[in-house]
Amino acid sequence: MEENLTVERSRVPLTKEDFVSDQMVKWCPGCGAHAILSSVANVFPKIGYKKENFMMVSGIGCSSRFPYYVNTYGFHGIHGRANPIATGIKIANPHLSVWVATGDGDSMAIGGNHFIHIIRRNVDLNIMLFNNQIYGLTKGQYSPTTPMGKITKTSPQGTIEHPFNCGELVLGAQGTFFARVVDTNPKLMTEVMFEAAKHDGTSIVEILENCVIFADGTHNDVTAKEVRDDAQIVLKNGEHMIFGKNKDKGIRLNGPHLEVVEIGKNGITENDILIHDQYDQDPGIHLMLAKMAPPLFPMALGVIRSAMFPTYDDMVEEQITFAKANSKIKCVDDLLNSGDTWEIK
Amino acid sequence: MTEKKNTVVEMEDAVVRFAGDSGDGMQLVGNLFADVAALAGSEIATFPDYPAEIRAPHNTVAGVSGFQARISSKKIFSSGDLADLLVAMNPASLKSNLKWAKKGASIIVDADTFEEKIIEKAGFPKNPLTDNSLKDYKLIKAPITSLTVAKAKELGLDAKSASKTRNVFALGIAYFLFNRDFKATDIFFEKKFKKKPELINVNKEILRAGFNYAETLEAIHSTYKVSSLKKSEKGKYRNISGNVATAWGLLAASEKSGRPLFLGSYPITPATEILMELSQHKSLGAKVFQAEDEIAGICSAIGASYTGSMACTTTSGPGLSLKSEAIGLAVITELPLIIVNVQRGGPSTGLPTKSEQSDLLQALYGRNGEGPVIIVAASSPADCFYAAYESAKLSMEHMTPAICLTDGYIGQGSEVFKIPKVSELPSINPPIAKPNDPDYKPYKRDAERLARQWALPGTEGLRHRIGGLEKSDVTGNVSMDPLNHEIMCKYREDKVNKVADFIPKQKIIGEESGDLLVVSWGGTFGSVFSAVKELQAEGHKISLAHFRNISPLPKNTADIFKKFKKIVVAELNMGQFVKYLRLTLPEFKYYQFNKTQGLPFMVSELKENFIKNIQEK
Repeated sequence: MEENLTVERSRVPLTKEDFVSDQMVKWCPGCGAHAILSSVANVFPKIGYKKENFMMVSGIGCSSRFPYYVNTYGFHGIHGRANPIATGIKIANPHLSVWVATGDGDSMAIGGNHFIHIIRRNVDLNIMLFNNQIYGLTKGQYSPTTPMGKITKTSPQGTIEHPFNCGELVLGAQGTFFARVVDTNPKLMTEVMFEAAKHDGTSIVEILENCVIFADGTHNDVTAKEVRDDAQIVLKNGEHMIFGKNKDKGIRLNGPHLEVVEIGKNGITENDILIHDQYDQDPGIHLMLAKMAPPLFPMALGVIRSAMFPTYDDMVEEQITFAKANSKIKCVDDLLNSGDTWEIK
Repeated sequence: MTEKKNTVVEMEDAVVRFAGDSGDGMQLVGNLFADVAALAGSEIATFPDYPAEIRAPHNTVAGVSGFQARISSKKIFSSGDLADLLVAMNPASLKSNLKWAKKGASIIVDADTFEEKIIEKAGFPKNPLTDNSLKDYKLIKAPITSLTVAKAKELGLDAKSASKTRNVFALGIAYFLFNRDFKATDIFFEKKFKKKPELINVNKEILRAGFNYAETLEAIHSTYKVSSLKKSEKGKYRNISGNVATAWGLLAASEKSGRPLFLGSYPITPATEILMELSQHKSLGAKVFQAEDEIAGICSAIGASYTGSMACTTTSGPGLSLKSEAIGLAVITELPLIIVNVQRGGPSTGLPTKSEQSDLLQALYGRNGEGPVIIVAASSPADCFYAAYESAKLSMEHMTPAICLTDGYIGQGSEVFKIPKVSELPSINPPIAKPNDPDYKPYKRDAERLARQWALPGTEGLRHRIGGLEKSDVTGNVSMDPLNHEIMCKYREDKVNKVADFIPKQKIIGEESGDLLVVSWGGTFGSVFSAVKELQAEGHKISLAHFRNISPLPKNTADIFKKFKKIVVAELNMGQFVKYLRLTLPEFKYYQFNKTQGLPFMVSELKENFIKNIQEK
């Protein structure tokens, strides 16, 4: 991974076992978080940094117990604040590979302000957002991503709130990297996390995660075996956006809108289908892709956007380097004696 | 033209107050006046007194911005009670500032602004310049606006820009009255208007025009000379404001400890200058992060602290409230963190630009759970340097957050500062864990301080996880064990208490026993000290214990208290330190003297209260 030269690489090959901590994993059996943990332990050795240079940060919620289960440096913060804690860590030490484990409540409700600002600044770190559309740790209240009308413990007649679409929020905040995966596809999850690590800037990986206890089946319209081939499209850079059980459906741009078309019908050929360009600086198509959802569209998975922009932490270092080279003040004694002073002898 | 006045009156001490509409540039000319005095070797102390609004309605009392500068040939400790010279740029500033002028003081007004409507707007029933109500003062009616505009026109400036230099004309008058030369101020103009060079000459000329105008005035019978400080210690000096001193104290602690400085902060009056100052010093490696809110400010600092930075956050009262939960996180993760709180009048938004000492209880107890922290309070603008330095030293060496309390009065006020050498400051030795230490455990403590070690991410062999959940003793693993929680609560408490072994003993100013011990803390030092000194000189058996270390208290506190017949605690709140003393040292009886007007103590009111306390047996 030559893109990121600031993090020191491991001199010895690492394995999954290097990243397993000695703590008992206390998520419910069947929780999607287990698959995410496994993907992380798989991808960290592939990324290849020294194990001491990984840093796992979290807020509060089921997702946020994550750091205790990964044998790296880890910091379990307070509710909603994983992102500013991680920002401080990365600015203070850009030689760390910083990973945030957070949830739909942690980052889009109580920590919503921090979420949009970390994205806007493009701090070089990776945020895994576990979106189970429910508050699990407090036992089943609706979250900012709970579908409208859903009955939960605090919405006995159904929620009357419009949910956030995570991708739309990320791109609206000028996100440079947005990817979406489902907890039932660990292979894709590992690939996407590798891509996230490669990206210089704030990488958001939204993981559609199942909560077996309080929102079981909440992503079934995307992940259920019987629908998933038609309800998902895994985007690959440079390839046509084709999906469906028989690979005969595609996404086409019609005027200002996307539409699903069938290849071979009404004279439509593969050439009419959009080619995915995750590196496009213009987020227009990325936003349309992020907003697609069943039943009219498949849910876009994989890396939707990965655009190059300067990172906050790089610019911090540049300004410091420039100031050190150009300022007359090299130490605190210089500062204390600068400007108007006088001496009494 | 009259001939040049030759009568020069020697003054030991003078207080000058500049007042005008906010936007009239009173803070600027006040600072320039003080700087010039300091450069000439006088002792100075300043006090900005300005409204919360940037531009409150023109010509109203609400919009008046004042700046008080005291200059002296002796050592001074406060910006003075009442002014010898008041410069009032409009009727409203005369209305609101007359109460701060001594009887017999000189008052210079911009006579051009005393028009019927403006006088009425200021709340005067009649024109105060003509109704004889100012007969006890030396009134100088100067047509400042018209003279400035006329001069500016000569220099080719339009009327609107010209009226913006009225403050400089007024400063010229003050320079004449105090026999100042233009050199330092000329240099200031040259720097300030580097990008608008046409304004350099305009300002220089208008300053001289004010000076020359004053020279011709019949009403001015004499000018003043405040000579330079005679008995000052040898050394190099400068003028410094409390907020800048705080920033520099933090920079010094960072350099001394070898821990890079990280500041996560959000602008808030009256603490913003610390954030602005530190952002100027990237050449010293300071990383300054202006966060999206107060919470992000402190949380980013906690993250930076985990990685081994000397992490700070700066704020004022309402911001401290927002940071409460995160301070608890730093307490339980036992990480160093310096929280500077420049106090202002509360509750809520309260009096943003006025000073108060009413965040003490919040600093001591304002957290969920048992969350003890170290508290150090600065005594004066220059002492902010040392209070910030000490907070950083204690926080890093004892691995626990420290709150450094200053206030709007000392934060924005300034005084002469004897420049220290960094090499002569106390050493700072944070307990950094060594790579691959086989005995490293995240919550293993040293016996002396009970501090755990600081293991920095990136270091080989020290990978560990910590967070806001209760920790198991030694291992630091998550623990919900009831007895363990009790042990950890005690450790955190004892750790802060043990700081008392490492701080100086409480000093006493005056005799070690007597009729009255005055107890004060923080930014009131100047006025309380002056009041006690004056009463001592008058023969009273009065002493002062002024506290800088609040949590923990110095070990000898009770020994000091027991030698006095009476103890009075003077503070700018409704009695917060006294409450704390009643809890911590309940064996003593405490009297209290409090003020919550958003203003500093006046020496006179303190003396009056202390005498009353001595007399009432």
